[in-house]
Amino acid sequence: MEILNWIRFILAAVLITAGLVFYAIQFIGVFRFQYILTRMHAAAIGDTLGMGLVLLGTTLIYGFSMASLKVVIILAFMWFTSPVCSHLLAKLEVLSQRHRDDRCPVVKAEDIGKMHENAEQEKEAEA
Amino acid sequence: MSRKRPVEEYEKSFAFRFKRWMSGEKDPFIGEVEMHPQAEPEDPEAAFRFVEEKEYREPARMRIDAKASTIYSRGYIVMSIIVCLALVAILSLAVSHLPSIGDAANPTNNEVGKRYIEQGLQETGSINIVTGMILTYRAFDTFGETTVLFIATCCVMMLIMVENEEKRKKLKLDDFGLEPLDDPILKIVARFLCPIIFMFGIYVVLNGHLSPGGGFSGGSIIGAGMILHAAAFGFPTTQKFFNEHIYVIIKVSALMCYGLIAIYFFYTGANGLPSIFPKGIPGAILSGGIILPIDICVGTEVACTIYAFYALFRRGGL
Repeated sequence: MEILNWIRFILAAVLITAGLVFYAIQFIGVFRFQYILTRMHAAAIGDTLGMGLVLLGTTLIYGFSMASLKVVIILAFMWFTSPVCSHLLAKLEVLSQRHRDDRCPVVKAEDIGKMHENAEQEKEAEA
Repeated sequence: MSRKRPVEEYEKSFAFRFKRWMSGEKDPFIGEVEMHPQAEPEDPEAAFRFVEEKEYREPARMRIDAKASTIYSRGYIVMSIIVCLALVAILSLAVSHLPSIGDAANPTNNEVGKRYIEQGLQETGSINIVTGMILTYRAFDTFGETTVLFIATCCVMMLIMVENEEKRKKLKLDDFGLEPLDDPILKIVARFLCPIIFMFGIYVVLNGHLSPGGGFSGGSIIGAGMILHAAAFGFPTTQKFFNEHIYVIIKVSALMCYGLIAIYFFYTGANGLPSIFPKGIPGAILSGGIILPIDICVGTEVACTIYAFYALFRRGGL
C-alpha cells in the first residue's frame, strides 16, 4: 500500500506542476500580447487546462471523499462559466471597438488563396 | 415682577435677530457672504462627446522629446526593478522576524483565544467558533459593520441616484447599448445557474453556525446571483421581485431586527435572565441561540448592499 500511496502522490504532484506550467504560459501570454482578443486566447489556457490539471491533482491527493467531490463541482462550475465570460467579453469588444479591422484584420475564406499567390509573386519580384 | 428692557438692548440681542430671521424679514447672510447665481445645468450631450483617438494622441506625441522619453523609459525600468527588489527584501526580512507557527510563547496565545476555544461551544452553542465569536462575543462590533454597509449604500444613493424620469431619459441611463441584454448563451446559462447560486447562498447563510461561512459570505453570494440575474435578463425582470420599495423595506427591517435582537441579547446576558433563543443541541440547524437570526439579518443586508451598488453604478437607480 505504501508504494501505491507514493505513486498517487507523485502522479498528483506531476499533474499540479503541469497545471502551474500552463498558468505560467497563460500569464506570459497575457502580458506579451497587445490586443484583447489575442490576450483572451492566452487567458483561456489557464482557465481550462491549468485549473483542470491543478484541481485533478488535488482530487488525487484527497482520494474518494467529500472534499474531492467539492473540488470536482468547482471544476464543473468554472468550466461551465468561463467560456460564457469569454464569449461576452469578445462580443463586447467586437461591438464596441471602432478600429477593430486595423488591429485584428479578418480575411475571408475565399481570399486566403489569393493572399498566398500575392506573397509568392512578391517573393519572385524581390528575387 | 418682570423687568422691562429697553428697545435698543433688545434689538442687539440674539433673540431679536433670530425672530427676524425666522419671519423672513432679514437674511443674516446677505451682505456678509459672497454669493453667485446658480449655475446652468450641464448638457449631458456635451459631457459625453466622443473624442477620436487621433485628437488626443497626436498632440501628446508632438510634445514628447524623443531623447528625454527614452531616458525616462530606461530610468523607469531601472527604478521599477530597484523598487521590486527592495520590496522583496523588506517583505522577506519581515517574514524572517515573525514568530514561528505553533510556538506556545507567541503573543496570540493569550487568555482570550483560550477562552474562545475552550468555552465557546458551551457559551454560544455554535460549532463554528469564528461565527460564534463575531456574532455573540463581538455582536456590537458586527452591528457597527452592518451599519457601515447601510450608511455606505445611503451615501451612494444620495450621490448618484437619478430619480427624475426626464433626466434619466436625457442621460440615457436605461439604454443598454452594447450590453448583452438578449444574449441567448448568457440567458440559458443564467437560467441554469441563478437558482443554484441562490440556493448555495441561502445554504451558507443558514449554516453559518455549523460550517465555514455566515452572513457576510452568504450574502455576497446571493448578491452576486442577483447581479447575474440582472445582467442576463435585464433590470425590468429583476425589478419584479426586487425594486426600490422592497429594497427599502428589507434593508431597514433587517438592520432594525439585528439591533433589537442584539439589545435583547445584551440585556438578558448582562442581567442573567433566561433568553427566548435556546442554545439547542450543537450541530442541529436550529441551534446556536441568536446566531441564526442575526446571520439571516446580516445576509440580507449584505446581499442588498452588493446588488444596490451594482445597480446604482450601472444605471443610477434600483
